[in-house]
Amino acid sequence: MNAKPYTGNINTMKKLLLIICCWTVTFASAQQTPAPEQSGTYTIMNATAHIGNGEIIENSVIVIENGKISAIADATTVRMDIRGEKIDAYGMHVYPGIIAMNTTLGLVEVDAVKASDDEREMGTYNPHIRSLIAYNAESRVVESMRPNGVLMAQVAPRGGRISGMSSVVQLDAWNWEDAVIREDDGVHINWPSSFRRTGTWYNPGPIEPSKNYQKQVQELTDFLRSAKAYNTSTSNQELDLKFQALAPVVKGEKNTYFHVNGEKSIRDVLNFIDEHGISKPVLVGAREAQHLGSELARRQIPVLAGRVHDLPAREDEDYDMPYKFPKLLADQGVMVALENAGDMERHQTRNFPFYAGTVAGHGMDMEKALMMITLTPAKILGIDKDYGSLEQGKSATLFISRGNALDMRGNQLIRAFIDGRDISLESHQTELYERYMNKYGEEIKD
Amino acid sequence: MNKFLLLLLLVCGSLYAQDYFPNNDDISAVSDVTRVITNAHVTTKPGVQIKNATIVIKDGKIQAIGKNIDIPSDAVIEDAQGNYIYASFIEPYADFGMREPKKAPSSRTSQYDEGRKGFYWNDHIRPEQRAMDFYEFDKKAAEKFNKAGYGTVQTHLHDGIARGNGMLVTMNLEGSDADRILQQVSGNFYSLSKSRQSNQAYPTSLMGALALLRQTHFDADWYAGGHAKTKDLSLEALNDNKDLVQIIEAGDKKNLLRVDKLGDRIGKQFIIVGGADAYEMIDDVQATNAALIVPVNFPKAYDVENPNLEWFVDLSDMRDWKQAPGNLMSLSNKGITYAITTNGLKSPDELMEQLRRAMQYGLKEEQALAALTTTPARLLKIDNQLGTLEKGKWANFIMTSGQLFEKETDLLENWVQGAKHVIKDRNKRDIDGSYTMTLDGNDYDLDIKGNGKKLTVKVDSTKLKSKISYDGDWINIVSADREEKNSFIRLLAQLDKDEQGISGTAYLFNGNEVAFKAKRQENKDKGEDDEEQDESDVSINMGRITYPNVGFGSEELPQQETILYRNATVWTNETEGILKNTDVLVKNGKISNIGNDLKAGNARVIDATGKHLTSGIVDEHSHIAIDNGVNEAGHNSTAEVTIEDVVDHEDINLYRNLAGGVTSAQLLHGSANPIGGRSAIIKLKWGYKDDEMIYDDTPKFIKFALGENVKQSRYQNGVRFPQSRMGVEQVFEDYFSRARAYADSREDADFRYDEEMETLLEILESERFVSCHSYVQSEINMLMKVAERHGFRINTFTHILEGYKVADKMAEHGAGGSTFSDWWAYKYEVNDAIPYNGAIMHSQGVTVAFNSDDAEMSRRLNQEAAKAVKYGGVSEEEAWKFVTLNPAKLLHIDDRTGSIKEGKDADLVLWNDHPLSVTARPEITMVDGIVFFDMERDARFRESIKKERQQLINEMLVAKNKGLKTQEPKKKEKTLYECETIHW
Repeated sequence: MNAKPYTGNINTMKKLLLIICCWTVTFASAQQTPAPEQSGTYTIMNATAHIGNGEIIENSVIVIENGKISAIADATTVRMDIRGEKIDAYGMHVYPGIIAMNTTLGLVEVDAVKASDDEREMGTYNPHIRSLIAYNAESRVVESMRPNGVLMAQVAPRGGRISGMSSVVQLDAWNWEDAVIREDDGVHINWPSSFRRTGTWYNPGPIEPSKNYQKQVQELTDFLRSAKAYNTSTSNQELDLKFQALAPVVKGEKNTYFHVNGEKSIRDVLNFIDEHGISKPVLVGAREAQHLGSELARRQIPVLAGRVHDLPAREDEDYDMPYKFPKLLADQGVMVALENAGDMERHQTRNFPFYAGTVAGHGMDMEKALMMITLTPAKILGIDKDYGSLEQGKSATLFISRGNALDMRGNQLIRAFIDGRDISLESHQTELYERYMNKYGEEIKD
Repeated sequence: MNKFLLLLLLVCGSLYAQDYFPNNDDISAVSDVTRVITNAHVTTKPGVQIKNATIVIKDGKIQAIGKNIDIPSDAVIEDAQGNYIYASFIEPYADFGMREPKKAPSSRTSQYDEGRKGFYWNDHIRPEQRAMDFYEFDKKAAEKFNKAGYGTVQTHLHDGIARGNGMLVTMNLEGSDADRILQQVSGNFYSLSKSRQSNQAYPTSLMGALALLRQTHFDADWYAGGHAKTKDLSLEALNDNKDLVQIIEAGDKKNLLRVDKLGDRIGKQFIIVGGADAYEMIDDVQATNAALIVPVNFPKAYDVENPNLEWFVDLSDMRDWKQAPGNLMSLSNKGITYAITTNGLKSPDELMEQLRRAMQYGLKEEQALAALTTTPARLLKIDNQLGTLEKGKWANFIMTSGQLFEKETDLLENWVQGAKHVIKDRNKRDIDGSYTMTLDGNDYDLDIKGNGKKLTVKVDSTKLKSKISYDGDWINIVSADREEKNSFIRLLAQLDKDEQGISGTAYLFNGNEVAFKAKRQENKDKGEDDEEQDESDVSINMGRITYPNVGFGSEELPQQETILYRNATVWTNETEGILKNTDVLVKNGKISNIGNDLKAGNARVIDATGKHLTSGIVDEHSHIAIDNGVNEAGHNSTAEVTIEDVVDHEDINLYRNLAGGVTSAQLLHGSANPIGGRSAIIKLKWGYKDDEMIYDDTPKFIKFALGENVKQSRYQNGVRFPQSRMGVEQVFEDYFSRARAYADSREDADFRYDEEMETLLEILESERFVSCHSYVQSEINMLMKVAERHGFRINTFTHILEGYKVADKMAEHGAGGSTFSDWWAYKYEVNDAIPYNGAIMHSQGVTVAFNSDDAEMSRRLNQEAAKAVKYGGVSEEEAWKFVTLNPAKLLHIDDRTGSIKEGKDADLVLWNDHPLSVTARPEITMVDGIVFFDMERDARFRESIKKERQQLINEMLVAKNKGLKTQEPKKKEKTLYECETIHW
């Protein structure tokens, strides 16, 4: 029964070597080379175009020029000449690039390897922390997004009361500067939890109302008040990086993302928004927000509905609550986009289309479900002038799929473009697939 | 024994000093006086009352009891004045007077080996512990027991899985330990909780604790046969204590059933402590034939005044509040033998209030009394000296002012071993009531309450500041004067003989003294009191108890039906492929007919036009429905533990899985060690018990694991072998070699039965299949070679994320692969995990399944199957088999489930859409021809849950308004297990 414990010591030198080896192995093969700027013109013919605003054009023609959609029309009513390369997508579907909200893409490579983890900074109030500069454009996780049509992402830091600033990136880039679509789009506040877990990690107790809730809300209030005072003061004062970072939020130039769950907390957030005159609030997660949907709609506060593929929060909650939650909000007129923060979130970010598909499976119109991962997030991020839908003049950030991209079977990409750049749909994973299919002498199915 | 003698020597001042002790006092203690109590209504045992009886007491024992008793002339006589007498209570499960043992210091490094020599290999087995060694009389605690009516407690050190023996102590505050200790050895105790005195890791789980108790007893038998070469003081003590009453603390109803099963295995009938929720599975509890020691710490109502906090409380917890006080009634109705323990109550004095609650649910007074007196006496085998009031037994009794359980009844005295303990002075007269008097021209109203402790004084309805004390016979009242706020009137008075008033002297603020008399009024409040009285008499119905007793449980246990699915698209998973417009008839739990235009007969016809009928989803890798620990991480091999011991039939995830079309699952041990525990392969029969869910004649499986988890990659200070993949191979080599040697030792005289080795042998003999958690190709390859060297094959590699790299080797070896559709990037060893894994392995002839390892993903495995179409272009029909027929094959249950074929089990799912579609939802899920999920029924559940929650919330609000104590809303969280969850 009792094997002798292993008592040998690995000396530090060896440990170091080990770590170095790990790094070399992990990043031995870098990701696919980012596509060069668009030079030619493309015309996509005969596809069903899913505009992203809820509408479709069954037989469409789309022209891509200089990184933009120079034309999109119904081929049955408008006659257009083919320009440049003709892509015949008969029977196929064109979608605007999917925008994954509230992700940590590029901030962590391997969950369990601490050295590869850059998603949270120490401390409680970190409005000055910026995710963008840690974003690893060459992450293998990032490249695995593209074959599923996820072409843009909001990259947000985690942890603390104020986690820091998120940015919006496109997912085919040399570096973060190259990737950025909108720098520092907003600040992320983790609203104090109104409940707390008791017990220890090895012997968890029940969840109880938090005794510190009011105190923590007050602390946050004080911090914001101080930041406001700092940023409206005209006298010379000592530089405070944290307060300074909140200036654009105070001025209403950037979004404030409230990560919050539970009816009570959401109501408290609404009061907080009023009290501090926060002009661009967004709720993230927002479990139980369905109970105050009409109020959110009236105030035009958008919601990033928490992970669709999740378990109900309570034992006797409807088994399909997380599936139908986005629809419950949308039906009340709330502006809803999807997000998937939580356990194992990074690699699952490529499943955003299927989250939307699941929402459609629970009563939502398929095109409206698509909107939750395209045009609506673009609007929330303030990038809808260029992204989020297939409209003339917008960026040609789109993809062609053999079937319904929101269905696992239909999501078969044949081409994808970011700003008109014809991007690679290969990845470390497809390479391994091909290598081993070749080894076994099997035919590659794509 | 020595300690006991020492104690005896130390207590010379005893009331009942022994004759042979030297006496240095000037007068010998007059302990041998005979006491007589007359004029009492004596309940000698539950249901038997003698009116106006006499009790003669000598040397602490009852010398005579009954009517027409001769009273010795030298007796001291006490008139009981018509009060009531009952046997004092017996507490069977106290930790009274136990010194807290030395706690093991906390350490950052895990401790795998035992910390003691000469004892059992596991520090949590401590049968050699003796209560006497930890005993120190605790006067305060004794007073509490005494005041609550207890005369005797059985106490032991509540520490360890085997805890050693207990002792029997009386709550005699007058005497000394020489009198009090009735038995220094009483009962032999077990539990499922580890000792605080050791950090030894094993067991880290409930199933480990159960396995440990089994093996300990096997080893004890072996040791008793004289086969051991060395001394083992633990096993010796365990054997020595064999004839004592065997008591085990189990906890809830599920653990109660578990420990009874354990007792059957090791040949012990335990008395089981626990089962506060036995009413939820009362027939099963009855079937154990075990006697119980039941706690009465009924939950307090949740404070649900704030609707925002109400969501914390699950319906099952609300029901628990409502139903738990009915538990004792349920036990009594089923004729189950039980004693009551105050263990779990804040203080023993809460007992009466709890029992009165239980009586509202129908518990009878004599049943309650028996559970406090005769039953514990019988269970503890001390009924020859305690429990009833009979000649020759200890004079342990309580005197009460009325029938024992009446709300108005006061506990007046508790006599223990003939020593009287006054709890409430019965000679002190009751002065509570309303009085009026005129003093100095003012009319005063006095209202005395709380046994002379509370007073309100009013003049013309104006309340005055006042104070009262009632000491001896004297009532002393100080009251502010009406006119002069800082002047006081003082009254010194006594209750009149006729009790119609109080009279005495008033000392007025001006210095004058006047005689006064206050007349007692007819009690105006009486009406109100009666109302209150009535309310506590109101009988309460327990309400709905469902199968299982949580939200979405059914009031009736779901039964088999004859059902005809008409006109479905049928995914047979057989050579027939997908059949359109086809009927499927389900009868007696089986698929009885597949065809066109089948005759319905008496079958319920379900129109399946436009819908898809498939066999149920089989999840090869699940960790739902497991109680208290998915990993026994205490050793690098734990083949002795089995998930079958800890299946939790009440986990709501079973229902959620059914709503996702899952009908069978393998509940696997985690991946903390190379050789893990055995699996439970279940059908998701929501509402049925654990052993009814486990497959009949179940295939035998065990979990193995490789890689990062077993080598403790994320431990700061790993000390358990192995710490590298190299070591993992040797663990297997080592254990298989030992298993072979074990097999060879069967004929030896000193053969020792070992559950772990027996299990390993089953593997070597290909009677038990291996499902091995695995990631990278090197280790996969290694394990196949180890198996081949030892003459068996690895049945299934689970996770197997690099299976695609060795798919040809796996096919040749004959191993199947049960993998994730697209998980990766969560740890270093999944760097090369690719979503094409399933497709590549499939292409090489490996039987491929997609599994969940996750309570959330398991309820949409159809979506995961569809990913095999996306990644690698597997055909839809084959992809569908990834979550149905293929896992059934891997689990060796494909002769029963996994396809739609006449004669197979009717494990079927009716989908609203193509099952691989992202929009597909199960409408009806059946297992063995029983409908366990039905969208329409689910909608009804939702309505009834809403209604019942509202009703219980109302009741809890009423309870709070009545002033009952409440607790903060809480949410019990069941840990969602995955492979890597180490804790309970």
